[in-house]
Amino acid sequence: MALNQVDLTLGKGEVLAVIGENGAGKSTLMKVIGGVHRQDAGTVSLDGQPITLHDPAQALRLGIRVIYQELSAIDNLDVASNLFLGFEKRKGFFLDDRAMQERAGEILKRIGFDIPPTTPIASLSVAQRQLVEIARALTLDVRALILDEPTSSLTPEEAKNLFRLMRDLKAEGVGMIYISHRLDEVIEVADRVTVLRDGQNAGELAKDQITEPTMVRMMVGRDLETVVHQPKTLGPARLALQGIQTTRFPQHSVSLTVHGGEIMGMAGLVGSGRTELAQAICGIDRYRGEVRIDGKSVRIHRPTDAIGHGLFLVPEDRKEHGLTLDGSVGNNITLPSLRRFASFGLIKSRPEAAYAEGGIQQLAIKCASRDTLAKQLSGGNQQKIVLSRWFLKNPQVLVVDEPTRGVDVGSKAEIYEQIRKLADTGVAVWVISSDMEELLKLCDRIVVMREGQIQGEVSAVDATEEKIMQLAVAGQTLVNQS
Amino acid sequence: MKFQTKELVIFAVLVVLFVVSGAVNHQVFQPGNLQNTGRLIGMYGIFSLGMAVVIITGGIDLSVGSVFAFLGVVFSMALTEWKWSPALALVAVVGAAAVFGLVNGLLVTRARLQPFVATLCGLLFYRGMARFVANDETKGFGNAKGFEWIKELASGNVGGCPTPLILLLVTAVLFYLLLHRSVYGRYLFAVGRNEEAARFAGVNVKQVVLMAYVICGLSVGVSTVLFAFYTNSISPSSHGNFYELYAIAAAVLGGCSLRGGEGTVVGVLLGITLLQVLRNLVNLMRVPSSLEFAVMGIVILVGVLLDSFFKGQSKRITV
Repeated sequence: MALNQVDLTLGKGEVLAVIGENGAGKSTLMKVIGGVHRQDAGTVSLDGQPITLHDPAQALRLGIRVIYQELSAIDNLDVASNLFLGFEKRKGFFLDDRAMQERAGEILKRIGFDIPPTTPIASLSVAQRQLVEIARALTLDVRALILDEPTSSLTPEEAKNLFRLMRDLKAEGVGMIYISHRLDEVIEVADRVTVLRDGQNAGELAKDQITEPTMVRMMVGRDLETVVHQPKTLGPARLALQGIQTTRFPQHSVSLTVHGGEIMGMAGLVGSGRTELAQAICGIDRYRGEVRIDGKSVRIHRPTDAIGHGLFLVPEDRKEHGLTLDGSVGNNITLPSLRRFASFGLIKSRPEAAYAEGGIQQLAIKCASRDTLAKQLSGGNQQKIVLSRWFLKNPQVLVVDEPTRGVDVGSKAEIYEQIRKLADTGVAVWVISSDMEELLKLCDRIVVMREGQIQGEVSAVDATEEKIMQLAVAGQTLVNQS
Repeated sequence: MKFQTKELVIFAVLVVLFVVSGAVNHQVFQPGNLQNTGRLIGMYGIFSLGMAVVIITGGIDLSVGSVFAFLGVVFSMALTEWKWSPALALVAVVGAAAVFGLVNGLLVTRARLQPFVATLCGLLFYRGMARFVANDETKGFGNAKGFEWIKELASGNVGGCPTPLILLLVTAVLFYLLLHRSVYGRYLFAVGRNEEAARFAGVNVKQVVLMAYVICGLSVGVSTVLFAFYTNSISPSSHGNFYELYAIAAAVLGGCSLRGGEGTVVGVLLGITLLQVLRNLVNLMRVPSSLEFAVMGIVILVGVLLDSFFKGQSKRITV
């Protein structure tokens, strides 16, 4: 469940900032308001009247416009067509392209993005598409405008234009909900701040209470357990990345080293490029730069190359990329190792079964038998299947992306224990997680990424959630750059 | 109207093919041959345009050829055996084809079947119905009288130009306006490219897709009548076999992507013209006619390979 009873009000001409950690439920809430998802309980009211939203079209007609975080411009159409999609101006049966282009031109000028309205979307950069999304909000009469991370790909100059536009809209009485991880922006634009945590309200701040430390504290907001980290003697460097560029952030390069026996954590906001980096060096996506494993330079073009060098990835999306849900537990465990049991292409069932049983025992996977289907297991046990298929294959380097997403507390502890044990045998472990608590508990060192770059690094001994959050959200601020 | 590079390339290929083959074999330019090729282009072109609309949604309609056979025999029987009035029979056949399209559309949008599967069932079902209704006998129109005006649509000429080709041009203009000038067309391309985003923008996605199948059905209905008169002998087990594949091939050759969201009316016209000219040349150039499908397969393959090669060029990491 992404949301558990959230209350929110938005006044006329008010800018309400909604903040919270990854997974706090901000985007889900906005999709409810935008008519994309339906709530199971509770009501949405507009001007005091309860409304039922069946689909996005209805929300739009009521004047609720959402600028979504995932860009939704349709790239086989031009800018003007996208701005008016769903609300075309027409002359009888036909589209009135001239009128739309004219109006689109005015809107683009107003937001300070002066390109011809007939420019195809496909030729625009990510930042430019974001501006198109913003322009879309102005094609209709809007009463409530929701901006979900609108500045994530904008330059400071473009962001300033957006803020200017928001002030204009505010003067016209438009209420706005502003979602952002950039706290300096929140301070600049917000009249009020609502904090969400774990799908619930975690507090509210009036204009004069909005400061960065208060917001960070409220977002993190739990009593922190003190974890005692034993100093470890690390082995030699097992994985070294030198100047790695990915397709997501081709303009930045990343270098890092993970030692044998070490668990390196990687923090960062969703979209900061962590997963893309891991997937690139594991052969899922392309990269440029140098990867060294145990000091030897290797070139990884496809997942087989990575696996051949003992570099394994436990992917973020367990159900889509980690498992064959309709396959049995046993088949899932043995899938990457089938060659071991094969002669002339035929699988010998007895050694395969023994191998699978070994995995089930080692990770204490709770299932009726190895023939149970993976989809019948709990999230925690499913995750253990994915871990066990790689644990059994003698990893040199194991990359675990979100080790415990959707996993219950009990299994979490077991998974941490297993990952620690693995590291103790000299394997280099790289854990990507959006769960701060997890990083603090599990890792010896935490690297923080932001917008495709490594922003800094904290050792386990003096890491705190605030420090990590600070690195993940701050850094480039409008104030600093302009 | 802007032409895409791809369309110009196909057009150039067509011209070259025509000129070269004409120089080698003067039969190519004989009025009779041109007329017949034009007639075939007209008949195949009409339903290829309908198919293209479905393909732009990211769907496909495999039932087309079987519908030609089923409604073809029904049409023939209505006129010669049941003695329906010609106008009624014409409306009934075109209407029935539209209803079959509607059924496909409902299966895809409401029952959420994959278009390939839903229309594959149609392919089998209508073929079976054709054979059942006709009792496995070949149907035709013989010397029956009273509907010469419909017959003219298929086999007649207006000022030397075959009527089906004229019908195709009229259809093409209508489709051009629908696809490239109307609100519906705008939605069609939006849905085909990114269904979710279109829904977020307030587009009624299901209705757009449903309409595409109905439009395809209508075009199939018109083509049914033309093919029935053109062959004048409708064998329920073989009439229309593979015709859906001609349409799909023409659409793909003309720039439609089976993933949806891409395609133009001009491209499809050029695609079907290229295919029919090629068939004609295979016949005239004394290439063994058994190789006809092989030649077409190669040409389509080369076409799409080149296309995907040029598309792939633009997707590199550029730093």
